[in-house]
Amino acid sequence: MKYVVEFRNKTIAQGLAGAIGAEADLRRPYRFMEFCGGHTHAISRYGLEDLLPANIRMIHGPGCPVCVLPASRIDMAIRLADRAEVTVCVYGDLMRAPGSQGQSLLRAKALGADIRMVYSTLDAIRIAEQMPKREVVFFAIGFETTTPATAVMVRLAGKKRLKNLSVFCNHVLTPSAMHSILKNRNAHDIGRVEIHGFVGPAHVSTIIGTEPYESLAEEFGKPIVIAGFEPLDVMQAILMLVRQVNQGRHEVENQYSRAVKREGNRRAKEEVLDIFELRDPFEWRGLGLVPNSGLKLKQAYAQFDAEVRFSMHELHVADNPVCECCAILRGMKRPVDCKLFGTACTPETPIGACMVSSEGACAAYWTYGRLRDYQPRRMS
Amino acid sequence: MRMGVYHRKLDLKNGCVDLSHGSGGRAMGQLISSLFHEAFGNEWLDRCNDQSAFDVSTGRMVMTTDGYVVSPLFFPGGNIGSLAVHGTINDVAMAGARPLYLSASFIIEEGFRFSDLKTIADSMGEAARGAGVSIITGDTKVVERGKADGLFISTTGIGRLADGLDLSAEKARVGDRVLLSGCLGEHGVAIMSRRQNLAFQTEIVSDSAALHGLVAVMVAAGGNGIRVMRDPTRGGLAAALNEIAHQSRLGFRLWEEAIPVKPEVAATCELLGLDPLHVANEGKLVAIVAPDVARSVLAAMKAHPLGCDAADIGEALADDHRFVQLSTSFGGGRIIDWLSGEQLPRIC
Amino acid sequence: MCLSVPAEIAQILPDDMAIVSVDGVSMEISTALIADPGVGDYVLVHVGYALARIDAAEAKRTLELLQDVGSEGRELRP
Repeated sequence: MKYVVEFRNKTIAQGLAGAIGAEADLRRPYRFMEFCGGHTHAISRYGLEDLLPANIRMIHGPGCPVCVLPASRIDMAIRLADRAEVTVCVYGDLMRAPGSQGQSLLRAKALGADIRMVYSTLDAIRIAEQMPKREVVFFAIGFETTTPATAVMVRLAGKKRLKNLSVFCNHVLTPSAMHSILKNRNAHDIGRVEIHGFVGPAHVSTIIGTEPYESLAEEFGKPIVIAGFEPLDVMQAILMLVRQVNQGRHEVENQYSRAVKREGNRRAKEEVLDIFELRDPFEWRGLGLVPNSGLKLKQAYAQFDAEVRFSMHELHVADNPVCECCAILRGMKRPVDCKLFGTACTPETPIGACMVSSEGACAAYWTYGRLRDYQPRRMS
Repeated sequence: MRMGVYHRKLDLKNGCVDLSHGSGGRAMGQLISSLFHEAFGNEWLDRCNDQSAFDVSTGRMVMTTDGYVVSPLFFPGGNIGSLAVHGTINDVAMAGARPLYLSASFIIEEGFRFSDLKTIADSMGEAARGAGVSIITGDTKVVERGKADGLFISTTGIGRLADGLDLSAEKARVGDRVLLSGCLGEHGVAIMSRRQNLAFQTEIVSDSAALHGLVAVMVAAGGNGIRVMRDPTRGGLAAALNEIAHQSRLGFRLWEEAIPVKPEVAATCELLGLDPLHVANEGKLVAIVAPDVARSVLAAMKAHPLGCDAADIGEALADDHRFVQLSTSFGGGRIIDWLSGEQLPRIC
Repeated sequence: MCLSVPAEIAQILPDDMAIVSVDGVSMEISTALIADPGVGDYVLVHVGYALARIDAAEAKRTLELLQDVGSEGRELRP
């Protein structure tokens, strides 16, 4: 796989590990948050933390759209799917995401709801065309990487004059979430673990560019390095963050220059701006209500908005009081700090969303962190 | 002695199964003899009894049972029928036994085309003959539309265990080697490529195959130095090794770079977000083998057509947690757990 | 979820679609989000859409930098 294998070269990885080890100041801790779930996954898949010196620790951020979707939104989708005339299309990741009281789309499907896993919004269009008598609803989630795909779907649905396709929109915005994390940490968390820098999202940034992070870096004085998903990308970004911290800089740097430009993807941004507008406020699991962070369809596209079309009511569901997803999503606690981790909450029986998605902090810890805790650090 | 002549031949080209074919009457008899007996053709079925008798030698026998619900029924490299024969033979072979006889029970949805049923039956006959195994008894039921997703097949397999051979996971010891017979993930990828909403094209075909020949050369080379063998079907290599870890109360460490995966399978997994370690295989086996025979067993595997990509991929460790660990090419480590939930449509 | 794989455009199709291929696996995807897609371009594919082109020159530059840092780093290791 071109542009993939080269960035997984283990000899270079060992060299990078050496460079990071040499440049990290042993007298101080480095705590970097990788915002994006894809990075969480890459770090655990390659066991990258094993290659870092002990004073560098990665904190898993909330950049996993499944993890931050409130249980209430899952419940709303299940209610929709229970309607006889509705077919709900979802990305596979959502099938096992927990709603309230142990519900999930997978369980609802077993009980007879017409819920279909799709790979792309284009599949939802095909399904709507093939079944004109069904009400097809696409359960849209994702950060800015995935929003354009929904926008194109709505535009195509309009062009094809589809009368039976709509969107249950749960798209969220990254810079707002990062802002919320940093703001809340400063205000309330004196004495708690500080974040010294961010590994910025890869594919979100191909769409929004690096420019939106500049005000964040400035306001909070934290370096942000946009990194690709391959292990060498992540390691290089960590090296760049170490250097910035050592030099007292707080800039936005772009490690993923082969795919990310400062201005991002203009065409994709236009598609999104055409269809969506800000929805205020939007609830995030773990972060509560985050201002300017959620999207909904514009009034002009109301016929494609499932919440309007089906008069969907907002539900409010309290999280399991023992579940620590909230604190984990903000990097305040680790998965092992949660009483449910590994006992009631496992990948087979997830209680919180952090365990469901392979990008979630708890799922990542399950495959990787448990190994580190039980074995002495590898000296490579 | 065949059943009596029927007034009208089955229209194998255009006809389909209906409820009368399951009712025990003449129609069912005709279906069975024209289609199944024709395809499986052997002395037992020719006698047309409800059961078949066979001689038993002294020593130990092995029996296994399996159900096949794969969707789609036809996929690159095979169909539900060939899969059922290979899979059942493999379950017997994993004990180190020589497969002898199979039974096959068919639950058919009304409306199922005769032509498809014939293709499936013919594949089964061919797979069985190719393996030197006979399908000696069976059953047919027809259910109403919507109750069986086309066709379900249930099988039982019987085999003869070589004298003195007793494979079992609890025989595994610290230091044993983990041998894998070939490249991972081909069956799962072949199935997925036929899934309507995934729309990707690949040359990969299912690796569905009968493994008893490979097992025989391995047993000849390693004897009881082979602790246990398993075919990593549903849940992939990850599931098979986790099962062995729990039964043997050991841990395993695998070396990522040693595990053979074809580039196309790796690319498909990248595109769909899957781990090849979790993807199903139908013509591969994993064996835990004592270190003193590992080399000769591996050589025997590599010399066999179904084992040419065989590799030593890891070792057994003492580990109270019974983790199956993967050492990544970077020297980092992670745990290989069972797959949670269902990522694929029914694959076997 | 943020899965994305670099794939080569093998064929342009009508209506903003294309066939991309990775190591012999090909898929039909939408090119609605990128301007002027061409055969031979490498694009990042995510949920059935091309999101961005891979800039070959930048990729080369990044790799060279990685190789430099990587080899220096190896010298620094004990």
